[in-house]
Amino acid sequence: MRGATEKSARPGAGSVSLTRTRTRRSVGEQGVKILLAAAAVLSVLTTTGIVVTLLTESSKFFGEIPVGDFFLGTNWQPLAGGESTSFGVVPLIWSTLYLTFIALLVAVPLGLGVGVYLAEYASPRVRRILKPIVEVLAGVPTIVFGYFALTFFTPLLGDIGINVQIFNGLSGGIILGILVLPTIASVSEDALTAVPQSLREGAFGLGAAKWQVVVRVVFPAALSGVVAALVLGASRAIGETVVILVASGNNPNLTFDLQVAHQNMAAFIANVARSDVSAGSIAYATIFAVGTTLFVLTFILNLIAIRFVRKYRQVYE
Amino acid sequence: MSVIPESALTRRVVEQASSGQRTRDLLFRAGLLLCLFITVLFLGVLVIDVAIDGVPLLTPEFITNFPSRLDASRSGVRPALIGTLYLGVLCAAFIVPIGVAAAVYLEEYADANRWWNRVIEVNIQNLASVPSVVYGILGLAFIVRGPVDIWGLGQGSPTLLAGALTLGLLVLPVVIIVSREALRAVPPSIREASLALGATKWQTIWKQVLPGALAGIATGVILALSRAIGETAPLILVGATAFRLSDPTVDGPFSALPIAIFGAAGEPREEFQILAAGTICVLLLVLLLMNSVAIYLRNRFEQKW
Repeated sequence: MRGATEKSARPGAGSVSLTRTRTRRSVGEQGVKILLAAAAVLSVLTTTGIVVTLLTESSKFFGEIPVGDFFLGTNWQPLAGGESTSFGVVPLIWSTLYLTFIALLVAVPLGLGVGVYLAEYASPRVRRILKPIVEVLAGVPTIVFGYFALTFFTPLLGDIGINVQIFNGLSGGIILGILVLPTIASVSEDALTAVPQSLREGAFGLGAAKWQVVVRVVFPAALSGVVAALVLGASRAIGETVVILVASGNNPNLTFDLQVAHQNMAAFIANVARSDVSAGSIAYATIFAVGTTLFVLTFILNLIAIRFVRKYRQVYE
Repeated sequence: MSVIPESALTRRVVEQASSGQRTRDLLFRAGLLLCLFITVLFLGVLVIDVAIDGVPLLTPEFITNFPSRLDASRSGVRPALIGTLYLGVLCAAFIVPIGVAAAVYLEEYADANRWWNRVIEVNIQNLASVPSVVYGILGLAFIVRGPVDIWGLGQGSPTLLAGALTLGLLVLPVVIIVSREALRAVPPSIREASLALGATKWQTIWKQVLPGALAGIATGVILALSRAIGETAPLILVGATAFRLSDPTVDGPFSALPIAIFGAAGEPREEFQILAAGTICVLLLVLLLMNSVAIYLRNRFEQKW
């Protein structure tokens, strides 16, 4: 900058053109910055788009169905037609949360086990082999898990004497757990690796055994990150569509029984969308009411996760 | 003389105390290994199960034939495969410029202390974990039937372009997050040297920072695309159909591999259901190819600073 002013202070034709290129340049620079910022703002517009879509369409829904009937009703027959149509969403929410619970029952111990092993026990060479395997598992399309659950895992459950229906919550829930396992493993591994080495050395110096160091020192120190991993895992499980759509059937069930069909909110939305419901009908509007419920639920979980991640980053970075 | 028994005693005490710990150490380690074993087992069984059913179906005709509802042995994945390739290319054309531009803004220009930049940041993190079916709703109501049906292409009916845009919005946060990491890995000294030589900020970014971050960005884009290509739910929402007897066009109805798998998996007739396994193999091969390219790019162009 200083060089430019010195030069332009000097008289002559050159200085004029130099100043001109400078201004043109800075206009260009400003333009570039605005373009780049516009691209970043698009992400905010996406969120706005989602919120506006969900709100306008579900307000139409709630114009016809009282909010209380929707959130407190226990009879869910939105597509029945005629007299038996009923919009009590409780069974759908129950099935969603219940399937998520089953998934976490599988994914939390396995995911944390893998995360702890990778972060604390695996030698660099073993890590180089194992990490890609976990990443591959994370990269397998969810429809493949759905096919696997339906054609391999459900028959397998039958073979070992668990009397399940073709479409059941047990198979869907367990495979859903395998699906979110990599999320929990990699986020918790990140959190554990972020714990400074000095804490481990201090504990070893006091004579602690390796498992004590891991369980009593490293794990508590990484707790906020581990919580973030669990919340993110839960959020993924709640929002997953195809595994449940393919493996667990087309109706939610207000029951603890896992041998029968269960349907979560995402699978319901996909199922209505593919069954040629005409736009503007009340069944079509149900997509958006359920979508809003799902979005709000995962949104809250995501914000909690973001907060916990930030917490462990702040402590150790 | 008394030193020897004393130290032996100490050793015995220490050994006794630590032998309990050693068993627990072993048990703990065994537990972790069991978790790992189960995880790898699931992946292994899944891949083998799909391969046993699917690989025998992989003939040239399976790739080039249209699907059939009458004769499973003559059914193929042609429109679904072409649909997926189109979706991938269109999606890339959409997410690369916008994703990289957003990443450059956030990493090189944005002042993290301004509230609007923080809003953008939290917003992107949150978007990255919004369920894919919600993006499907956005695609259905906003792109297919709504105000963003820009060229009136769809006129309320599903088009491949709408599908590609929906998938693009879905993976955009991934591209932005990975590209930012790649930009952050370029050391500040490169920027400082370029600026000191009189380059403007944008010249520095365009000629120094972006080339340095290229490998990381390319890897991120390919990872994002492989996620987009494997998505099923948003495509169900925007109206992709499993059974199509013509090649897709950008402005017309379409199919895609995940949708074809979904359709076949729901078939009651076994010889048709097993077609899903063959289609899964095709999809996994496409993904494998893309990831090999990503690994190649990373090894070939990665900069060591």
